[in-house]
Amino acid sequence: MDGSWSLVKKQRALRLRAKILQELRNFFITKGYLEIETPCLIPAPAPEFHIDTMICHGWFLHPSPELCMKRLLAAGYDKIFQICRCFRQHERGARHLPEFTMLEWYRRDADYRDLMEECEDLILHLAAALDHGAALCYQGQVIHLQKPWERVTVNAAFEKYAVMSVEEALGGDCFDEVLTAGVEPNLGKEQPTFLYDYPLALGSLARAKKEDASVVERFELYMAGMELANAFTELTDTEEQRRRFVKEEDKRRRAGKPPYPAPELFLESLPGLEESAGIALGLDRLVMIFADALHIDDVVAFPPETL
Amino acid sequence: MYAASDLKKNLRIKIDNEPYILTEFNFVKPGKGQALYRCKLKNMISGAQFERTFRSVDVFEPADLQEKKMQYLYEQDGKYCFMDNENYEQILLTAEQVGDARNYLIENIEAEVLLFEDRPLGVTIANFMDLVVTKADPWAKGDSVSGNTKPVTVETGYVLQVPPFIEEGEKIRVDTRTGEYLTRVKD
Repeated sequence: MDGSWSLVKKQRALRLRAKILQELRNFFITKGYLEIETPCLIPAPAPEFHIDTMICHGWFLHPSPELCMKRLLAAGYDKIFQICRCFRQHERGARHLPEFTMLEWYRRDADYRDLMEECEDLILHLAAALDHGAALCYQGQVIHLQKPWERVTVNAAFEKYAVMSVEEALGGDCFDEVLTAGVEPNLGKEQPTFLYDYPLALGSLARAKKEDASVVERFELYMAGMELANAFTELTDTEEQRRRFVKEEDKRRRAGKPPYPAPELFLESLPGLEESAGIALGLDRLVMIFADALHIDDVVAFPPETL
Repeated sequence: MYAASDLKKNLRIKIDNEPYILTEFNFVKPGKGQALYRCKLKNMISGAQFERTFRSVDVFEPADLQEKKMQYLYEQDGKYCFMDNENYEQILLTAEQVGDARNYLIENIEAEVLLFEDRPLGVTIANFMDLVVTKADPWAKGDSVSGNTKPVTVETGYVLQVPPFIEEGEKIRVDTRTGEYLTRVKD
């Protein structure tokens, strides 16, 4: 067992990971969700400028299962969840693996606010099942889990923490830099934070807000400065969705990225999609939080460099 | 040329004709946002450090440095003496120039000394070094698979965490890039 020390020392984290997987399933199944599986290998991913997929025999390893899941949703499956591997090229760091595990769930007759509440219930369920009670300690920082958690709009968060406003950051082409360096480290510190209502330009599959069309109904969940999940009220307008895809695909091609075929079958299914909401949560990061791990490698058995 | 996706800790790049080393490297990517490469860079001559965030479209020139095979001889008064295997010339490096490698330096091992215009900047040694444990607490039997660790001291004075079954006098293999224990070595 000498040579496998790097695996032996992960035992605690891997046992915890297995327990979390089991409890996630318990949570969703008890709430009436159907667990489904969709293919990893797909012919046409959603065009997103900042996500590079891996190409495999002319098809693509899915960067997220969202298109297939929404086709199921449009076909009348009203509460579904999936836990699967997703693939994103060039994403490697203390919180990124090029192959990682995603939890996605979708609900009909719901919007992003409902999903915020469901996130609260889910994390509280896990905390109770893992004997944490209503507080977690991550890297010496106590995070209180009592509902309701903090909810702050992107505009308000920039105003509070950043050196410039959202408008200035977008205009100066430095939104991501300001968000990651100035805003994110302040989020989810004493309790988890929902950062919500993103600028229209930053939510390719999210619905514009009825009261304010300059933002989309999208949120990200943060704990201890770490982004855990991204959610939308789903865009159900086929023409609007097609326009956004074309725009995004155009940007990709101008940057010299490999072309994607339009996801036609997904677009054709959209008229069947009623008001609904969906969310993608990084399972590895969730395990990091509960395992008090600083690096994503600590919660998976085989990071790619060890293969 | 390097692309941003080639960036990693300890990579050496050239900026304004001076060599820099990445002392810290963080990949960050906000949800739906772009990949950012947040780096700490150290000027390999002046030692000056600064932080900079790069984007995936940025490209970098490799630093033009020489690496020379040398033999490590001894340490005296905080200076580390290395000998050029070709002309037997000896040079002295400071602890700072030797860096983390000093945790694994045992006499007569081979090392690559990094030079920029004949000026020593750093030392690279083999990725794996076998070192004798000189100080260790005894093993409480039965505590073998729980993932517990204990600290031990090796012959260079370096202290690291190892599995509880490692005992004094044993040889262990250490990954010099991470400073971590890898396996027990039997002679």
